[in-house]
Amino acid sequence: MSTGRTFFDKVWDMHQVADLGDGMSLIHVDRHLLHDLSGARGLADVAANGRSVRNPELCFATPDHTVSSAPDRYRPTGHPSEKLTKDLRDLSAKFGIRLFDMGEDGHGIVHIIGPELGITLPGSVLVCGDSHTCTHGGLGALSWGIGSTEVAHVLATQTIVQKRPKTMRITFDGQIQEGVTPKDLILYVIGQIGTAGGTGYAVEYAGPVIRAMPAEGRMTICNLSIELGAKIGLIAPDEVTFDYVAGRPYAPKGEMWDRALKTWKDLPSDDDAVFDREVAIDAGDIKPQITWGTSPEQVIGVDGRVPDPAAADDAERRALLEAALDYMGLTPGAPIEGVPVDRVFIGSCTNSRISDLRAAAAVAKGRKVADGVEAWIVPGSERVKHAAEQEGLDQVFRAAGFDWREPGCSMCVAANGETVAPQQRCVSTSNRNFVGRQGPGARTHLASPAMAAAAAIAGRIADVRKLEG
Amino acid sequence: MEKFTKLTGIAAPLMRRNVDTDIITPMGRVVSVAREELGNYAFEPWRFNEDGSENPEFVLNQDRFRNAPVLLAGDNFGCGSSRETAVWGLWQMGIRCVIAPSFGDIFFGNCFKNGMLPIALPAETVEDFADQASANKNDTLFTVDLQTCTVTAPNGDTVPFDIDPARREALLEGLDEIDVTLRRRDEIAAYQNNDRDARPWIYDLPDGLETA
Repeated sequence: MSTGRTFFDKVWDMHQVADLGDGMSLIHVDRHLLHDLSGARGLADVAANGRSVRNPELCFATPDHTVSSAPDRYRPTGHPSEKLTKDLRDLSAKFGIRLFDMGEDGHGIVHIIGPELGITLPGSVLVCGDSHTCTHGGLGALSWGIGSTEVAHVLATQTIVQKRPKTMRITFDGQIQEGVTPKDLILYVIGQIGTAGGTGYAVEYAGPVIRAMPAEGRMTICNLSIELGAKIGLIAPDEVTFDYVAGRPYAPKGEMWDRALKTWKDLPSDDDAVFDREVAIDAGDIKPQITWGTSPEQVIGVDGRVPDPAAADDAERRALLEAALDYMGLTPGAPIEGVPVDRVFIGSCTNSRISDLRAAAAVAKGRKVADGVEAWIVPGSERVKHAAEQEGLDQVFRAAGFDWREPGCSMCVAANGETVAPQQRCVSTSNRNFVGRQGPGARTHLASPAMAAAAAIAGRIADVRKLEG
Repeated sequence: MEKFTKLTGIAAPLMRRNVDTDIITPMGRVVSVAREELGNYAFEPWRFNEDGSENPEFVLNQDRFRNAPVLLAGDNFGCGSSRETAVWGLWQMGIRCVIAPSFGDIFFGNCFKNGMLPIALPAETVEDFADQASANKNDTLFTVDLQTCTVTAPNGDTVPFDIDPARREALLEGLDEIDVTLRRRDEIAAYQNNDRDARPWIYDLPDGLETA
């Protein structure tokens, strides 16, 4: 008896160049994104070993991790990042790889520009030396993050050696509450199943809530798959996906589009497909989320209280909670709402798309950033920045007292020297609240763009649903 | 790549859950430090005090564990960022094998590209190993043998572990994965030729954006 196949199975099987035995496969890579950290290293590795790049036309490069987001960033800064960007630029030119440089149309965070330029396609395999490559699953691409040795492997062979992951389906049902966004849904899931819950799995997100969600929200959901432990997150393509992809610069056109569409429409999981694990989520239960600790799984509803280690059931767990609360400077058992903040960061591959900026601007409009709070908006790409300026969002932010900055990863990963100071508290729309992630000693609270904007206005962690005046 | 066949040495217990690669190599060092020097900064936020002095509480700062070639770790070790510097930093500290109940997927894969052996064993086993490693005895040596796929603990218990056969061979032989794959270049070309007919849009891209 044959059973149905999952979306993942179909795309994986379509890309298998060779079965290496024992669950390992040689997989074809359709699209490869390169950035200034792992991309420059991988290219340097290829050059140092006298190898060539097999398919430079399938590679796209952009400097994002280490570039400054300052408006005057085009002057030399002396930061070590300048060498990394120069290496990426020089090596991309050497191997004939298309690069979108700072200030040019197309420049931005790899996971923002892939989708917006039509580089990311449904049913394709896309890799990049960055763990948030799972983002592209929001458009139905099978995508995952790789190390820099693997970057060199993909450059030299246009393939990657991979173990076939298990499959998990997370199905969202129910009616979403007002003020709840895709970021809240996925943070909630991470809180439920933990940061190791998805380890070893490719996770497909499904259900009516996902079907009703716009493409950009789906990218936010898939983006945080790695925070669930899953390298791969994906959402089967549908009309929402096709409408998003159609007409983008590198998307197929004319007859080619029609042929592609026919293939893509056959990709969704069969009705009788069997997953190794199924998780059901009632989205109606979910409130706006905010993390309190140093792992994305340490997350609560904004109306919740910080856990009390004294109530922990074992010593190891108690020690973990105490360490997290100590680092974060929080009082055990206290409400999270009302905790004063110093910084707000709205940006990153998780939440720097135009829909994210619209959500933040809707909160900021006609209000003022609280005294003593430094609040940044870092658009994900030149295209996002331009679109926001066309709509006047930059003016809304500036009038409210936000800093309107240049595109890049910026303070999500603090690779460009833009950091949150030690012991400063930052509400951030990024993806990781790890110790030192936004700078040594920085205290990060992850939340949605609307919640981050609300924190900037209130000067403290605030429930966006209750914001007044 | 350096071969991994068998090693005997002490094991350092770092039994925390969710040790992420940002802790192993903080971004400030990823950007500014040469690969060969990453070991000086591995675990920086835990290993050093704010004034730059060593934190004596941190396990790898304790004399008996300072040169441990084996690290015993908690669940989900190496989660988070894909930065391969995490493996390089551990390597530069002298670590050649990490034993944990589970690993971050990307870190786990990166280990095999660098001659490092990650071993997943049940939590009870790793905890038992950690207890033995911490015991105040003269002989706390562990032996990790990739030929027999076993770990022998100080008390003489020998525990088998699973590893993908291809990854095992690559470590034993010190194979460069790129060289191995390049032997299949005809297969890759054949795949691309067929695929180009089936999915031409993957290969024949529009001109796209005008670039300088």
